[in-house]
Amino acid sequence: MALEVSARATAPIPLKIAFRVAPGELMALVGHSGSGKTTILRTIAGLWRPPEARVQVNGTVWLDTAAGRDLPAHRRPVGVVFQNYALFPHMSAAQNVMAAMDRPDWHEAARILDLLNLQGLADRRPAQLSGGQQQRVAVARALARRPRALLLDEPFSAVDSTTRERLYGEIIALRAHLKMPVVLVTHDMNEAQLLADRMVVLEKGQLVRDGPTAEVMADPEALRAMGLREVAVMLEAKIAVHLPDGLTRLEAPGGALYLPRVEGSPGTLVRVRIMAHEVILSRARPEGLSAQNILAGHVARIVPGKGPAVTVHVALGAQEIIARITRRAAEQMSLREGEPVHAILKSMAVARHHIARASPADPEV
Amino acid sequence: MDWTALGLSLRLAAWTVAILLPVSILVGRLLAYRRFRGKGLVEALVMLPLVLPPTVFGFYLLVSFGRDSPVGQLWQGLFGSQLVFSFEGLVLASIVFNLPFAIQPAQRGFEAIPVEVREAAACCGMSPLRSLWKVELPLAWPGVMTAMVLTFAHTLGEFGIVLMVGGSIPGETKTIAIAIYDRVQAFDDRSAATMSAVLVAISLATIATTLWLSSRIGRRLG
Repeated sequence: MALEVSARATAPIPLKIAFRVAPGELMALVGHSGSGKTTILRTIAGLWRPPEARVQVNGTVWLDTAAGRDLPAHRRPVGVVFQNYALFPHMSAAQNVMAAMDRPDWHEAARILDLLNLQGLADRRPAQLSGGQQQRVAVARALARRPRALLLDEPFSAVDSTTRERLYGEIIALRAHLKMPVVLVTHDMNEAQLLADRMVVLEKGQLVRDGPTAEVMADPEALRAMGLREVAVMLEAKIAVHLPDGLTRLEAPGGALYLPRVEGSPGTLVRVRIMAHEVILSRARPEGLSAQNILAGHVARIVPGKGPAVTVHVALGAQEIIARITRRAAEQMSLREGEPVHAILKSMAVARHHIARASPADPEV
Repeated sequence: MDWTALGLSLRLAAWTVAILLPVSILVGRLLAYRRFRGKGLVEALVMLPLVLPPTVFGFYLLVSFGRDSPVGQLWQGLFGSQLVFSFEGLVLASIVFNLPFAIQPAQRGFEAIPVEVREAAACCGMSPLRSLWKVELPLAWPGVMTAMVLTFAHTLGEFGIVLMVGGSIPGETKTIAIAIYDRVQAFDDRSAATMSAVLVAISLATIATTLWLSSRIGRRLG
């Protein structure tokens, strides 16, 4: 009961990849533009056929070039959300959703639209909807077929950052209802880290890294392959109180975090993305510092990199954050595994779109 | 006023539109979506009737429909009548010389549909036929409609080719355009003027209908 993909091609881009996505799992395919992410998605959907490929879903073979089997796109029970949504402009939201059903059912369409918070918009045409609403109609339409696999092609790239932040929340909430494998194509590491359980990193059509999101994001080698320096972790924290000065206090393991206003009622669990190069380490608890957030933990491990930097994993309760500091600093502080250390963050270093509500119910994998 | 000629012209235009409608959809769609070797040649051939002098085009049609030609013989064998100087021959000629008017606007109509929208239709589980009916035709409709109106209007007005292929047999091949010419030759300016006015009225009505339809479609899409 999973999506299994392998593909090989030389044109339009050299491609060599194989991966598996479990039911209910959200896997992000990340890489630069031109790395082959969308090509892989199109291969799964049946919109493109590489010279050598195999796509199998729940034990049903959709494509097997070796065996000469190739189901046409319309016979593959797949849900696709296109980058620009590709809604049918002459149909209302409800008609768009019903267009994807074998037997159009108005009640079912209304139920799916409700699920995506589109109440009251069923009769609107795409042109009468905002970008964010169009995106949700596209998701509703993709789900209307009861797909065996859900494919999202850069689904957040066409909306502004405020809307994007809200849509992340919607997708996270929706996950509780998704029992099929989900593939998200994105070039945005933040997005992948907020939403995905697992990441497959692509570079020029080659698989660079495949693993749980936290592991991939903490791996400087994988990130360097993508030309990224932004190692980051997701820290789970609970909203404690909204302060009158515009900050929100979060309870995180190891201490309190003061961040610019975070939406949500007290008690809500959120995930905050913390960039490794924004973290300062200190042996003693610092005083008289402008930085407000000091989390106490101990050194879990120190991973040397190729350059002058080392990656220090700091354990905070059951969680970990990562600091990237120079080798020189690590030696001067004589950091050792197991020793106590304080991680210091500036409040302003956490961008609004780096905060997402934690998934209400983790789907079974 | 030659009512027979007008009736004949309308009948010819109706037949031409009826036969060219599916052709314009199938060929227009093919040319819009597919890339294949010799596509440029096909497009040039479709356009040819636009630039050839009607008499030249009519001459070649006359020759290729003639009793000794393969087409003429095939027709003779199938229906036992000759193709030239008959209404059926006129319909066939009309179909050929209307190809650019029927195919070009339809092709533009299908080309205007974003590729992703067609792909979305497939990914929604629509078979190619269902996609055509539910998504592509509703979106390409203004183009197809324009094609049919142009074909209709052009058939009413064509003179040179009709005269070459059909002659001027009353009730069989004498269309209103030829009747007008006939009347002018006979110094019957009154009849010519009436018939011209009727043609103007029909043309205006046709254009008005298209504009009205396409504005409705525009609203529907908006």
